[in-house]
Amino acid sequence: MTTLAPAVSAIAPEGNTRPIAVRCRQVTKNYGSGNSTVRALRGVDLDVFEGEMLMMVGPSGCGKTTLISVVAGVLDRDAGECSVFGKDFSALSGSERTRFRGQTIGFVFQSFNLIPTLTIAENVSVPLLLNGVGRSAALKKAKDMLAVVGLGDRVNEAPNRLSGGQQQRVAISRALVHDPKLIVCDEPTSALDHETGGRVMELLRSVAMSGNRSLIVVTHDNRIFNFADRIAHMDDGIVDKVVGSAKDLYGPNMAAK
Amino acid sequence: MIYYALKMLFGDKARYLGILVGVAFAALLITQQGAIFVGLMERTYSFVADTPQPDLWVVDPDLQHHSDSKPLVGQKLFRVRGVQGVEWATPMFKSFTKMRLPSGERRGCIVVGVDDNTLVGAPQSIDSRNGLDLRKADAVLVDRADIEKKLAVRTPDGGTRPLQIGDVLELNDRRAVVAGTFSINPSFFWDPVIYTTYSRAISYSPQERKQLSFILVKVKPGQDIATVAARIESATGLKAYTESGFKWLTASYILEKTGILVNFGIAVLLGFGVGTAVAGQTFYNFTLDNLRHFGALKALGTPNKTLLAMVLTQALVVGLIGYGLGVGGAAAFGALIGGTSLAFSLPWQLLVITGVAILGISIFAAALSIRKVLYLEPGVVFRG
Repeated sequence: MTTLAPAVSAIAPEGNTRPIAVRCRQVTKNYGSGNSTVRALRGVDLDVFEGEMLMMVGPSGCGKTTLISVVAGVLDRDAGECSVFGKDFSALSGSERTRFRGQTIGFVFQSFNLIPTLTIAENVSVPLLLNGVGRSAALKKAKDMLAVVGLGDRVNEAPNRLSGGQQQRVAISRALVHDPKLIVCDEPTSALDHETGGRVMELLRSVAMSGNRSLIVVTHDNRIFNFADRIAHMDDGIVDKVVGSAKDLYGPNMAAK
Repeated sequence: MIYYALKMLFGDKARYLGILVGVAFAALLITQQGAIFVGLMERTYSFVADTPQPDLWVVDPDLQHHSDSKPLVGQKLFRVRGVQGVEWATPMFKSFTKMRLPSGERRGCIVVGVDDNTLVGAPQSIDSRNGLDLRKADAVLVDRADIEKKLAVRTPDGGTRPLQIGDVLELNDRRAVVAGTFSINPSFFWDPVIYTTYSRAISYSPQERKQLSFILVKVKPGQDIATVAARIESATGLKAYTESGFKWLTASYILEKTGILVNFGIAVLLGFGVGTAVAGQTFYNFTLDNLRHFGALKALGTPNKTLLAMVLTQALVVGLIGYGLGVGGAAAFGALIGGTSLAFSLPWQLLVITGVAILGISIFAAALSIRKVLYLEPGVVFRG
């Protein structure tokens, strides 16, 4: 039988005045039923502040991806409370939820998820189109955004003509182009080498963090921990530690982890 | 997003071509087999179509098709002429008989006799030295399409020559002189057709008590054709068909007795089935290949109705292009066989039927995929 680590509060202390972007209380999520039930989230408490980059770390299968899926409204929780900028996804209808997600949240995926038959400018323009912007205006804004991430001269190329790092920069552009207030990144550097990953994180830090935007970054990559404002450690379906730096989490010999 | 959906479709060239081939094949097979079927059906009633003058064909009530032999007594013609609303009524004779060509070969033929005075019922396109040559002694007209083939005359050197104006034939052992040729639509029936006057046609055929095959009737201007037909039927006990009714009588007999509809129906269904299977399966695979991208779009905030429109547009556009290619291919096939004896007719109704079938294939293909996309969990994009 596994001995579970005691849950440590990851919520804002009483009297906190920092605006909260994401608020989770006792969030649970199970997969399957009966004897094969997997308890992915066992009562997660977590606050993410506006203007901070929170990294979520922990062993594989600890529930990180499930938690960001619930936070981003792409997965229903079983119990508990979870709100994003005060809106609870479970209180919204399907179409309201889709619209709110499209307006409020930007996504950066581990495998980029760019549509290979569209140009990179067209890929970046998708969130704008979904928010009602006309195609030509959306493309113009997408190209401007690509220029910000250093791909202004490659806007008409197909994603598969770019390197992994460049594709992730396209994905970051797509996540930012409609100016969402929350960015959810799932393993944004795991498909990239150390140097490229570092550059991607610098870009996220410099571009995405502007405008008091909040970022939740799920990662295994301890090389990028130093970009975080806070690090939430998950294990066995709960957030068991929230610390200010990797050193606080793993001790001085962080690289060993 | 619709534009991007089409870029997704056209960008995946292998899958796109796979779906297109399936749809185009189905459209080609349905249209081509359908056109051959319609062409054959049109040939079954070409004799009626080649006789456009009457409004009504009055026949024996038990007649099953226009080549069926159920002659009427001659007095019926006068009874019909006396019916209110009839402008004119003329006799027509049609029978099988034996023919002897100038070189001595014998073969069967169909003799059609038209009214001696008015020549009502004669072919519309006659090529003779004089339009009235049919009234000369022993004059007959032969089908231009037959003179080099079915009615070719064997020459002493072992070759053949076309039957010519002035050649003498024997019909049922009586003298007949070729006075001209005519053009009519190709027929489903294979015996050569010879036109002459009604009285002469009777003399070319075995003697029977009743000789009148059809009564051709023109309805007075302003009179309702159906009403006059009912009056004729009531007054004579005969059956009065409109042109389309008489055509359908013959076509339906052929359909019922030959199984031709079932044979062509099987070919058309095969095209539909194979097209549906190939297009449906390939489109489904195309959607599965793109499921991750649909998941990403869903996560980014694409509503289900937009995804539905994207998938439907992809299916309908590929269906439309496949329809164009298939129908175009069938039309090209028709043009290619245009000068031959093969049957092919492409009416607009057949294009509509093919269009509906292809629409069905497209919707089926889309329906297979739409369910997968609509029920797709957007969280799939977070799984590696």
